[in-house]
Amino acid sequence: MTQVTPTFIPQDAGKAKSRKETARKARWTVVDVVIVAYALIPVLWTLSLSFKTAEAQTDKSFFPSEWTFQNYKDIFTTNEFIRALINSIGIAIIATVIAVVLGTMAAYAIARLDFPGKQLLVGVSLLIAMFPQVSLVSPLFEMERQLGLFDTWPGLILPYITFALPLAIYTLSAFFREIPWELEKAAKMDGATPAQAFRRVIAPLAAPGVFTTAILVFIFCWNDFLFAISLTSTEASRTVPAALSFFTGASQFEAPTGTISAAAVVITIPIIIFVLFFQRRIVAGLTSGAVKG
Amino acid sequence: MAEIVLDKLTKRYPDGALAVSEVDIQIADGEFIILVGPSGCGKSTMLNMIAGLEDISSGELRIDGKRVNEKAPKDRDIAMVFQSYALYPHMSVRENMAFPLRLAKVDDKIVRQKVDEAAKILDLTHHLDRKPANLSGGQRQRVAMGRAIVRSPKAFLMDEPLSNLDAKLRVQMRTSVSKLQKQLATTTVYVTHDQTEAMTLGDRVVVLRGGKVQQIGSPQFLYDNPANLFVAGFIGSPSMNFLPGTLENGQLSTGLGEVALSDRIRQLAEKADAPREVIAGIRPEHFEDARVLDERTLGGGSTFTATVDVLESMGSDKYAYFTVEGEAATSAELEELAADAGSADVPASGSQLVTRLSAASGAKEGSEVDVWFDADKIQLFDPSNGKNLTYTE
Amino acid sequence: MSQTAEAPVTAAPPPKKGKPALSEGKKAERRLGLLLCAPAAVVMIAVTGWPIIYSVWLSLQRYDLRFPDQREFVGFSNYVAVLSDGYWWTAFGVTALITVISVVIELVLGMLLALAMHRTLVGRGLVRTVSLIPYGIVTVVAAFSWFYAWNADTGYLADLFGADAPLTDRVASLAIIILAEVWKTTPFMALLLMAGLALVPDDLLKAASMDGATAWQRFTKVMLPVMKPAILVALLFRTLDAFRIFDNIFVLTKGANDTSSVSMQTYNNLIKGLNLGIGSTMSVLIFIAVAIIAFIFVKLFGASAPGNDPGGKR
Repeated sequence: MTQVTPTFIPQDAGKAKSRKETARKARWTVVDVVIVAYALIPVLWTLSLSFKTAEAQTDKSFFPSEWTFQNYKDIFTTNEFIRALINSIGIAIIATVIAVVLGTMAAYAIARLDFPGKQLLVGVSLLIAMFPQVSLVSPLFEMERQLGLFDTWPGLILPYITFALPLAIYTLSAFFREIPWELEKAAKMDGATPAQAFRRVIAPLAAPGVFTTAILVFIFCWNDFLFAISLTSTEASRTVPAALSFFTGASQFEAPTGTISAAAVVITIPIIIFVLFFQRRIVAGLTSGAVKG
Repeated sequence: MAEIVLDKLTKRYPDGALAVSEVDIQIADGEFIILVGPSGCGKSTMLNMIAGLEDISSGELRIDGKRVNEKAPKDRDIAMVFQSYALYPHMSVRENMAFPLRLAKVDDKIVRQKVDEAAKILDLTHHLDRKPANLSGGQRQRVAMGRAIVRSPKAFLMDEPLSNLDAKLRVQMRTSVSKLQKQLATTTVYVTHDQTEAMTLGDRVVVLRGGKVQQIGSPQFLYDNPANLFVAGFIGSPSMNFLPGTLENGQLSTGLGEVALSDRIRQLAEKADAPREVIAGIRPEHFEDARVLDERTLGGGSTFTATVDVLESMGSDKYAYFTVEGEAATSAELEELAADAGSADVPASGSQLVTRLSAASGAKEGSEVDVWFDADKIQLFDPSNGKNLTYTE
Repeated sequence: MSQTAEAPVTAAPPPKKGKPALSEGKKAERRLGLLLCAPAAVVMIAVTGWPIIYSVWLSLQRYDLRFPDQREFVGFSNYVAVLSDGYWWTAFGVTALITVISVVIELVLGMLLALAMHRTLVGRGLVRTVSLIPYGIVTVVAAFSWFYAWNADTGYLADLFGADAPLTDRVASLAIIILAEVWKTTPFMALLLMAGLALVPDDLLKAASMDGATAWQRFTKVMLPVMKPAILVALLFRTLDAFRIFDNIFVLTKGANDTSSVSMQTYNNLIKGLNLGIGSTMSVLIFIAVAIIAFIFVKLFGASAPGNDPGGKR
């Protein structure tokens, strides 16, 4: 018969362990704070500038001494900003929708079907992803001028779609590849035509991936600067990033710091919302392809 | 009524490799037939060809007498159960099972009825509204079967449906699959690499190797009369022992000594024009500890003495491992069997002999034992082509 | 019925020239595949393929939009002009400098950030959310923030290094540009690296620990080698991105004080100078430079271009 010996548990053992835990947690918290500060400082600075009065702009302090909404009022009363905002929203949404639709079709084909020229397509889209956009500015500038697309919405939407497609195809095909191939076989055996298999089995499973891709593409279009300033010249199609660089202040002699900051804050809001709510999806989308690669 | 006939069925890949080569099989209606073989033997490919998921390079596939080579899977009225179950993750169990019926635009009421029926047979009634992610492996497997059953198809195709289950569950499910098939009386083609499943489940078993049929027959027949070295070594666990031997004047000499062949075997060998050098095969079950046998039995075989290398006591039997001096038997078939079993890389000097002794035996590791084997149960094989020289229909 | 095994049959005489007849299913699959890819392919090729060719053609001409009548074909003289121009090489040097420095810093910082995001015990979600902000924020918005921070009149950082306006000093402004670049893209780099980190099997690290490896050794001898493909891919994309730098320079210095990048120069010549000939020449040269960088990465460093596998099938 085995004997049970009473074990002696020193009183301090538990405490020592949790002290170590707290020390580690504290170290990590410091690291986290540094990271958060790193990420947010420019944002907070812009925020602060946007609330400063015109005189306080040059006081170099991080926090405004007086808070004012004047800058925001200013940008929303002038046509410049509102028009640019509408352009940005409209162009980004349209480009995103088209790029996602085309990208989904192509990504599905690449991930799951066998057809000639597949490698070529993947190679070409990779090439485009690495393309120096500035190289396209010259010919597009000239071509759009001649086609009458210069300074129009389609004039920006087309290049955006083109450069968003590699990103969309890359991300979406990674998502499609995650869907087990056998599900389609099972659907075939169950009597589904390819269209039915896609609609009832693949599409619902791909939906999250499509959503994530849409977010990534939208951020890409929203962000563009080079094409926006090269292929537009008036408020007809100028998007916010471009408009920002042409802002004037309330009067001729004032630097438009306040208004630019206010405008900057406004166009950052959608991004913050996306990131806040969809952080997990965005990270998954960005890293899915990388993991496979 | 679903008779399936494979007529010289061949599958050739674009690079010329033959995955399935001129296979002839006639599957009767209601039969439970098993396709078994090592990985890469073409069994899954054959199943996929019957299903319509892979193209047939040449030959004809007939279901119910009609050629179906060009028909799409959905027009063949066959259901398939996949190794990974392939359940639709975004649908509930009920929706999964109803899916094929909904695609066929079956009336709602009938769909409900059929799904409930199938759920009852498979004991899934309480899980109908759950999603696959919330089910255990065994439950998922049953849902996969349920999806196949609801259609009341002409035939079931099953691609290693039990391999993803743990050992105990596998044994349980084996009996339920068997019962189910008998209950539904539907023709079933079942693929597995596990010879135990093949032996226990099938009415008939097709042993495949390298895309070719090695032998077709009932499990017992394949066990008693393997057509060649490959089938002999594949069927039966633990597998048959093979020793190189020399045949002369009705006497066989192997590393175990000289043994006089029984009349029956001598005649068969003569008729088959046996060469001098043969490979002798004896199943572990046909050995015994000489000390537990009576005089009469001992006379029907031969005895040798050897030291026990390893003794595995299972309670009901004892498995004793011996090393036999001399070279091991070699042939292409034996190499492939070894590769499949994973023992190809294990270095061994001489041949290893596995014997099954009765629990009453007093054998111990490291001690010497007198081992007897039945001379009438020896199989003789031609080393050059693997044919069984002592084969009888 | 029984059959004996035979040696594998040698393949039947090779099929006739051309592909063997495909079943209906296969043919339909190919049709579908091509159909689905067609729109995307058409858009991509039309909007990039044709313009590139057009660009090359333009670069062979002297074409200034301010003097459209003087348009003429001049062969390679534009290239000669650009390649022998001091401004071009300065810009090239600046671009190369910024690229190398910022990528190196991003790699190191990104790795640290990736390790932090991967292993932090506190507020994991918060850290990841927050590090996406630099990625998502519009580049020019961030650039303006830095501009106003370093600007002699408004900036809270301007006085940090004594001296006068940092943005008017060449070295200082280059440093600021690099800072802006690094700030924006380090988190993205960190995300890619974190994905690579996730691939390192925990068991491997435990085994190394048992074998007596220190944390540093575990990092260099276990983590880094396993992460190599991910690192190379991240490096490839970041380097190409960095070489194309434009937004930050435009906002911060407008290229003054010889801080122009090659993209900046192209923009200046093209949109501001309306010189299509020279602008196109620079475009083509940049394209060639980028192609060379990609080639080096893929061939010499063995970066596996993602998407090279034929797709998840069977």
